[in-house]
Amino acid sequence: MNLDFSDDQKFLQQEARKFLDKEQTLSRNRSVLENSNKVDKELWKKIVDLGWTGIRVPEDYGGLGLGHLELCVIAEELGRFLAPVPFSSSVYLFTEAIINYASDEIKKDLLPKLVSGEVVGTLAITESFQAPTSDNIETLSENGTLNGKKIGVPDAEIATHTIVVCKTNNGISLQLVDLSSSGVTVEHQENIDESRGHFSIAFENAKCDLIGDDGSGWDLYELLINQVAVLFAYEQIGGSQASLDMAINYAKERYAFGRPIGSFQAIKHKLADMYVALTLAKSNCYYAAWALSTNASDLPSASATARVSATKAFQLCSKENIQTHGGNGFTWEYDCHMFYRRSKLLSLNIGSLSNWREKLVISLEQSNIN
Amino acid sequence: MDFNDTPEQAKFRKTCREWLEKNAKHKDNASKEPSFANKDILEEAKLWQKKKYDAGWAMLHWPKEYGGIGASPIERIIWANEESKFDVPKGIFEIGLGMCGPVMMQYASEEQKERYLPPMAEGKEIWCQLFSEPSAGSDVAGLRSKAVQDGDKWIINGQKVWTSGAHFSDYGILVVRHDPNLEKHKGLTFFFVDMKSPGIEVKPIKQITGGSSFNEVYFTDVEIPDSQRLGEIGDGWKVAITTLMNERLAVGDADGVDVEDAFRWAKTQDSLGEPLLNNKAARSSIADWYCEKSGLKNTKLRTMSALSKGDTPGPEASITKIVSAGKLQDIGNFGIDSLDMAGMLKTDDPDIKKFQMAWLGAPGMRIAGGTDEILRNIIAERVLGLPQEPRADKGLAYKDIPSGNS
Repeated sequence: MNLDFSDDQKFLQQEARKFLDKEQTLSRNRSVLENSNKVDKELWKKIVDLGWTGIRVPEDYGGLGLGHLELCVIAEELGRFLAPVPFSSSVYLFTEAIINYASDEIKKDLLPKLVSGEVVGTLAITESFQAPTSDNIETLSENGTLNGKKIGVPDAEIATHTIVVCKTNNGISLQLVDLSSSGVTVEHQENIDESRGHFSIAFENAKCDLIGDDGSGWDLYELLINQVAVLFAYEQIGGSQASLDMAINYAKERYAFGRPIGSFQAIKHKLADMYVALTLAKSNCYYAAWALSTNASDLPSASATARVSATKAFQLCSKENIQTHGGNGFTWEYDCHMFYRRSKLLSLNIGSLSNWREKLVISLEQSNIN
Repeated sequence: MDFNDTPEQAKFRKTCREWLEKNAKHKDNASKEPSFANKDILEEAKLWQKKKYDAGWAMLHWPKEYGGIGASPIERIIWANEESKFDVPKGIFEIGLGMCGPVMMQYASEEQKERYLPPMAEGKEIWCQLFSEPSAGSDVAGLRSKAVQDGDKWIINGQKVWTSGAHFSDYGILVVRHDPNLEKHKGLTFFFVDMKSPGIEVKPIKQITGGSSFNEVYFTDVEIPDSQRLGEIGDGWKVAITTLMNERLAVGDADGVDVEDAFRWAKTQDSLGEPLLNNKAARSSIADWYCEKSGLKNTKLRTMSALSKGDTPGPEASITKIVSAGKLQDIGNFGIDSLDMAGMLKTDDPDIKKFQMAWLGAPGMRIAGGTDEILRNIIAERVLGLPQEPRADKGLAYKDIPSGNS
């Protein structure tokens, strides 16, 4: 029985925390939020140099050939410091899709460049103000060209490539598009968390390459997000822990009625509830990390469980952190809002809480939990 | 990460299972009630405890001289894990073995340990815990039952309450006030007492559920020899805290319906012409309960992992009762609500009975062994390091503390 990370993995996590702390990542996040750059290219370059983009890439393709558990501990730290970099888009979604679904030719071309940072990827699926489904996707791929428009694509400006979930004659498919090719127009769209830019991408007869079997795109997308939901959940518990720590520190230092506000039960119980939600989420993440790293048969329910509880934990911790800070928490100057924003971004990327609850119940129906 | 036993753990698990298979019946998931539901639970529990004791399983982590086999914490968990798969009686010995045992182990004389611990482990003598009083619940140090020293004995007068199992207990551990002129926590002294002593009167309390598992216990001029004092005079709070720490381990998961029951029920129960499981609100609740249940299970696995490596577990387990008692209440309510107007009716249907019993019994789980509020205080202060609340009774002699009209 060992539901814990190895000493090497814990060491990697500590080093990641030290690095992101030394880089003043939270201040960098604020700077991106307040300026028009939409991403911190300098921090991204340093992260690439540390090799984190190649953690899961096999050694044959220039990566480190490590497992998902190493990626989980990195994700937790990126979440803790709200790193304003395209890690989730490029490393979780794009790189994992290439590793799992692309032809060897594409792998040989893209994977070494993803490791070196020459290629940055993202995934484009949403087209309108509703959840994407296999029935409402209109972007169409025919004869190697793509037409249509995607919205709310994270990190598309720094990205060089995207995987597009689109329609073909055979159903839904995944298509790879080089964003520098002709017929592709990327435009910034304002969003709730500007520390991670969101963009629309219009495709007009843009050249595209099929990834995976034609017509199997929706299943491949579902399979992919079942896996990367675990990594998103790790970012979420990192952010939850940071929000809780901020609230605890403030409650100890801030005095009202002649005593620290953390001595009032109204505050204590709020913080205890945050701790409870975080502990449940964290334990579910540990199990899901194991399920992911071993490709266990209960991965769909394990990852949905981690995703639902981590989303709930980060939403609770980030909003109650603001509440604990009182009026200060509502100011732009304090960092509370950055966690609140990121909790929303992470809870919507790869699908909302209500949709993940539904996925969880479907997985329970399929596995028949009784 | 892995879920495998080490070779030694696997061997130990096999030994546990082989013995259990010879001596007990596997739980039958299809059957709605334990096989001994209509028998004398006390007799059944004593028989099972004796069987375990004779084979060394009763208190396996205790030293051999007191009836254990000196098992490690991880072996204790492996045993509990295997035993939980079998249809065996529970709920009689937990307080004695989980709370009274450890306190006797730490504070009783060698002679007393040899006299009292083995029969406790064997189930021959049952123990209860006499702490709470009508005016001292969450603030248990505010208790007022009196102990007056008289030569080599003490005379006890007062009343205890919520004493689980007092009506069938042979001994009890007791904390009382020996000096009301001292501060609240400093005037307490700890004893163990023979429940058959003259002057002890036990009156069962009827609970919301209609059952009576706990009692009022009255003390009128009850004599306790000074040799049955545990700890020094005035050390009662320190000794009580040792016990309460063990209570947090003894009172764990709230027993009763869980998400699997809600799920199974929702598949077949009609909701306005469709299975309840098609209802969005029902699905959302089931998802959240499943996350809570898994979260607790995986938290236990993390605790086991730490023990397995010889590390001290973190404070994660402190969330167990808050989460499981609230979930029990909500799931009970979910089952009853699904019956619409007929949910009021008592019936022989074992599924419906389980939901109704959960709903009626859960309020007790949210209070026993530390209320939801006290547990949140404990998490906030001991885990998160928040400052204690200023107290209105600090520095006052006990007799001068305002007590309202209670």
